[in-house]
Amino acid sequence: MRYPTFTLPFTIGLSFVLLYILVIWTIWIVRLSRREQKIVWKRLFTLRTIKAIWESFREGLLHHNIYKKNAVLGFMHMGLAFGWFMLIVLGNFEARLYPHGVINPPYYPIFFEFFRHDLTPLHEYEEIFTFLMDFFLLLVMTSIGLAFFKRFRSRALGMRRTTKHILIDRVAITALWFIFPLRLFAESVTAGLYNTGHFFTNFLGQWVIYNLPLDYLYYPAWWAYSISLGVFFIALPFSRYMHIPTEILLIFLRKYGVKEKNNHSTFTTIELNACSRCGICIDACQLSTTLNISDTQPAYFLRDLRYSKPNERLRETCMLCMRCLDACPVGIEVTQIRKNERNEFPLFGTSNYDYLSEHKYPKAKVAYFAGCMGHLTPSVIKSTLALFDEAGVDYTFIDKDGSICCGRPLQQNGQVDAAKQLIDKNNTIINETNADVLVTSCPICASEFKHNYRLNMPVLHHSQFLNDLAKQHKLTFKNTGEKIIYHDPCELSRGLGITKEPRELLKNSFILEENKKNTGEKSLCCGGSLGITNTSLPQKMAIASDAVFQLYDGKTNLLATACPMCKKTLAMAQETVKVLDIAEVMLNNLEPKKKKVQSQKEPAEAEVLS
Amino acid sequence: MIDFGYTPMPITVHNMDKADLSLAKWLAERDETFNHCISCGSCAATCTAGKFTDFSFRELTHSIRRGEISKAFSESEKCMLCGKCILVCPRNVNTRNIVMLIRKANQIFKP
Amino acid sequence: MKEVAIIGGGVTGLEAANKLAQLGYTVTIFEREKTPGGHVAQWDRLFPNRRNSMEVVNEFKSHLNGNPAIFLSTAIDKISRKGARFTLEAKGKSFDADAVLIATGFELFPAEKKEEYGYGIYDNVITSAELEAMFKEHGYPVTKSGKQPQRIAFIHCVGSRDEKVSRPYCSKVCCVTAVKQSIEVKEAIPSAEIYCLYMDLRMFGPGYEDLYKEAQQKGVNFLRGRLSETSELEDGRVLIKTEDTLSAKPLKMSVDLVVLMVGMSPAEGTSELIAGLDLKPNKDGFVEIIDQHINPVKTKAEGIFTAGACTGPNNITDSVNAARSAAIEIHQYLSSK
Repeated sequence: MRYPTFTLPFTIGLSFVLLYILVIWTIWIVRLSRREQKIVWKRLFTLRTIKAIWESFREGLLHHNIYKKNAVLGFMHMGLAFGWFMLIVLGNFEARLYPHGVINPPYYPIFFEFFRHDLTPLHEYEEIFTFLMDFFLLLVMTSIGLAFFKRFRSRALGMRRTTKHILIDRVAITALWFIFPLRLFAESVTAGLYNTGHFFTNFLGQWVIYNLPLDYLYYPAWWAYSISLGVFFIALPFSRYMHIPTEILLIFLRKYGVKEKNNHSTFTTIELNACSRCGICIDACQLSTTLNISDTQPAYFLRDLRYSKPNERLRETCMLCMRCLDACPVGIEVTQIRKNERNEFPLFGTSNYDYLSEHKYPKAKVAYFAGCMGHLTPSVIKSTLALFDEAGVDYTFIDKDGSICCGRPLQQNGQVDAAKQLIDKNNTIINETNADVLVTSCPICASEFKHNYRLNMPVLHHSQFLNDLAKQHKLTFKNTGEKIIYHDPCELSRGLGITKEPRELLKNSFILEENKKNTGEKSLCCGGSLGITNTSLPQKMAIASDAVFQLYDGKTNLLATACPMCKKTLAMAQETVKVLDIAEVMLNNLEPKKKKVQSQKEPAEAEVLS
Repeated sequence: MIDFGYTPMPITVHNMDKADLSLAKWLAERDETFNHCISCGSCAATCTAGKFTDFSFRELTHSIRRGEISKAFSESEKCMLCGKCILVCPRNVNTRNIVMLIRKANQIFKP
Repeated sequence: MKEVAIIGGGVTGLEAANKLAQLGYTVTIFEREKTPGGHVAQWDRLFPNRRNSMEVVNEFKSHLNGNPAIFLSTAIDKISRKGARFTLEAKGKSFDADAVLIATGFELFPAEKKEEYGYGIYDNVITSAELEAMFKEHGYPVTKSGKQPQRIAFIHCVGSRDEKVSRPYCSKVCCVTAVKQSIEVKEAIPSAEIYCLYMDLRMFGPGYEDLYKEAQQKGVNFLRGRLSETSELEDGRVLIKTEDTLSAKPLKMSVDLVVLMVGMSPAEGTSELIAGLDLKPNKDGFVEIIDQHINPVKTKAEGIFTAGACTGPNNITDSVNAARSAAIEIHQYLSSK
């Protein structure tokens, strides 16, 4: 058999892409830190590998995560990835089952129908193979149709916005979109001439395009198919489609425990390459949905970071609310990467907080820390402390006369060294209180204490602590039967995973009106975020007002939250819904206990109290 | 050192004919709320840093408007970015953004 | 005889009614509250001369002798146009009129919206209106525990000039009210130490500046700085924090009583009421007039006029002038028909 010239583009493309992936994976793996390489080796032959294989199949081919978020979108991605995968696998089986076909050049199964027109040697498998190949081609074509439709009418697929792509991505996507129609065409022409297909290609070849000059089209059709494959493979490593091989590597590394650190690393490069720029993060972002700022989301930020450096606006225009992190189907640590990028632009010196040296907090059993923002919401402090009094908690309000900022705002804006000065000082003076537990009203502080401090006491948010008191029956509440909405603060829900405790507490007195779409870890940001500096107040208010009206269903005008910042922002932005802190609403429904204690008045208890 | 019987006096007059208002202009171009201040002092009063040191956002921006740039750069570093001032400003001045801009200007402008 | 309906029986509504009745129209006032006189009737004494406010209210009320008639405790639910006439609905009844004057006045800013000021949270944080009520009741202010306060802070601009609570405008009268009240407190409790925390003192009217000087002469302290936050001390006193902007230093002080000079907010329900006439409130939420200079009492809707504090913060002089101006305007409108 003469060498089939038309397969050259494909062969060159495939060789290039495979070689490229091999080289780049090697480089990446070699460049991982010693520690990372160690844990990968240590865990290579464990259950983690099996899990990673399963996850690669589930996410890389079936796109289960996208499917969970948006069924049509999930189907689109699944059809393309899984359909194509099956075509490759089945094509290989088919070629191998064919007599004398066990050892094949790689182009052989891909262009099988070109080489073999008589499929009878496949015997009983002929029917099933031709059917399945047609079936999966149809599946892929459906997905391509949906993808094409999505590019122009993204809303129809449940996406408000779709990513705007750069040149190399457009080249790759064009090649990709041509691959399957061209394959279909080539196979249909072949089927029209030789009856090699099944319900799909035979039908097209023999009933639709039968009066075209098929003989003349035969070679050009296979050439075109091969060229589109070749172009796609050549473009792949430089385009967003690099995500296809990289996602697999990422899944494995993540399963072995490799994570983003506090600065960019090789793992970051891998994560950047694993972003498919699918644009799901754009819709998750309130800067886009409320303010129409739709060009700074991770899809663009990661892209620019992969090719060079994102500009200042791109780097800074993000609330760090972590909604995109929750939405990302690949699970890229987008928020950490953005923080790390910000860290490369220090603006503050290293001796700017020398003035802090003398500060001290009083000693305490339960140390209550209101935080900076807490001092602007005296009702939060007053209610929390009233509930503490009621429950007989032995506490000291440590930052009654003010405090040092926890450092999170500086840290979120790239000023790690400056933040570290605050963290170190604060860490020491909080530890010096010798408290058994630190309770704070501010989720921003709580998150910082948990993640970046080395405190010698556990840290609880006041919603957790109050819920514990209620569970221990130190606080009892009237059941009002009233409805209430709960707004999850970003730092509390996504930042610390505290979503159950506030709800449990509220349920003592209220019926929760839950909006499933924006609740718990999917909650909306109040807009007050300290992670961003370049939004104006009116913009913040617009986000806040949207956040309230996404939760508001007209059944109740009462909204509880658990963050002084959220409370202030949400209350400022609108006048329809009354915004209260969780401690405030619970205090309003407290079942006065003092009488009970008096009536029970057991001597033993009295002794303990004295 | 020769003693002339007097020492140079610190500048006690704002000479607006010679004042360097380039930073004020630069900031206002990047954040228009820079010019919205009515000097009510809410920011300085609520300031977390202001409790420990003489840092005052109001004074900082005011001195920039009078051309005292080098002082502005050293002062702005005392800010903790905690964001309380943003929540109390009656004129919606984007205080944190302005502090960040001043810090950026510190790297761009040569005082 | 042509009929004019006036919504609101404060000084504006009463005075416009009086003039319109004199011009020969049948006038009916609809007042939401149980008594006429609006906010003025709630006040003890008026600036700048500290005249008893009931003197003024009674003067305006004295003309209520059948025409103009007044319906008390009658809130208008709806106004609709019917050809050249209007129908007003209240309590299930309807009233017809040839022209309508909107004189619904203002609402005091709900001080609890400035949470950091502690109103509704701390016992000894009160509003300027509550201080007036204390003057009316015993002639001097008292703390929650019934004592005479020895140190009092008046906080200017609460709910005025504040974009954080969507009240970016100046309420005009609070500065001079604070100065008036500070003098009254000083007269009632000579030993009291009084501080006025202001951003700018807007003493624009005749006699206002004199009043300011009088306050200074009586020992009232003026402190240029806006309140930023408060906290409560164990003995019930309130710790207030501000910046003494003139010396550029943060300032804190514990006081027995904090008086919040609440500003003027658009009256509740007025926007909804005028919406039925295709009238939109202005950007601050008050009734929009067609021209600030040339015609300050006309609205975009023909036959609908407006006057007083429902068009924006006003003092009594401005309101009474607007009421008379509206009466002339309505007269011209009705006689040209």
